[in-house]
Amino acid sequence: MKARVFVTLKNGVLDPQGKAIGHALNGLGFDSVGEVRQGKVIDLDLHESDAQKARAALTQMCEKLLANTVIEKYEIELR
Amino acid sequence: MKSAVVVFPASNCDRDAQTALKQLTGRDPHMVWHGDSALPSVDLVVLPGGFSYGDYLRSGAMASQSAIMRAVKAHADKGGMVLGICNGFQVLTESHLLPGALMRNADLKFVCRPVAMTVEETQSAFTRKYDKGQRVVFPVAHGDGNYFADEATLDRLEGENRVVFRYVEGDNPNGSARNIAGILNETRNVMGLMPHPERVVDPLLGGTDGVALFQSLIEALS
Repeated sequence: MKARVFVTLKNGVLDPQGKAIGHALNGLGFDSVGEVRQGKVIDLDLHESDAQKARAALTQMCEKLLANTVIEKYEIELR
Repeated sequence: MKSAVVVFPASNCDRDAQTALKQLTGRDPHMVWHGDSALPSVDLVVLPGGFSYGDYLRSGAMASQSAIMRAVKAHADKGGMVLGICNGFQVLTESHLLPGALMRNADLKFVCRPVAMTVEETQSAFTRKYDKGQRVVFPVAHGDGNYFADEATLDRLEGENRVVFRYVEGDNPNGSARNIAGILNETRNVMGLMPHPERVVDPLLGGTDGVALFQSLIEALS
């Protein structure tokens, strides 16, 4: 089973990289761009066919390592 | 005072810490590899500055999972002293030995220069030889030093006098919340700070404001 984990900064946490990307896009003439938030995508191959077990394991992975839950939130997508 | 310096892959201030400890304590610190699972019998463990594991995933995230950190946690749980400098501070927050997180500097720039701070708290084994409110200058060299914690955590840190060093207003190099440069854990035996006290222990290095930090520990642990 393949999984994709999205790690992004929590709402309210300042994202200076997102801001810089937004400014750069505005500089390129993309005037419609407002706030930009950036994050990480982590793709994993899992030796697991049970979706429920996979999701439980991924949640543990996010809590223990993949995300720093002081500042980040995560979303898990099984594919 | 017996001490150890943990060496992670891509630590780069481990020798600075080693030199400072040797010069000020008169004893060679143990240099402990991150893959070791036990610490020698020491009073103080220093987690040095650097870019452990290339800052992969997040600064300090990989190092917090290394074998030696289990021993460092056990040492801290028993009341042993732990000092995390720069990347060491990041490792301490990632290991949950200190609250909060160190985020990317607010202006996205790596900052490498001396910064002025005030010593906010002297009721600690790390700062007892300073005067409360004393102004000190330590160098900083980091890209991820922007201290963040939720408001409740920040209020608690302030209420419990656990903010030890604060950047002087107007000289905050990284956007850190409430100008925080260094904090203590609840039991006051673990301290993390972004600036480098080990780089200001000799006039040849441009300053000696860091000496009192090590002398504080020596006095507290004697």
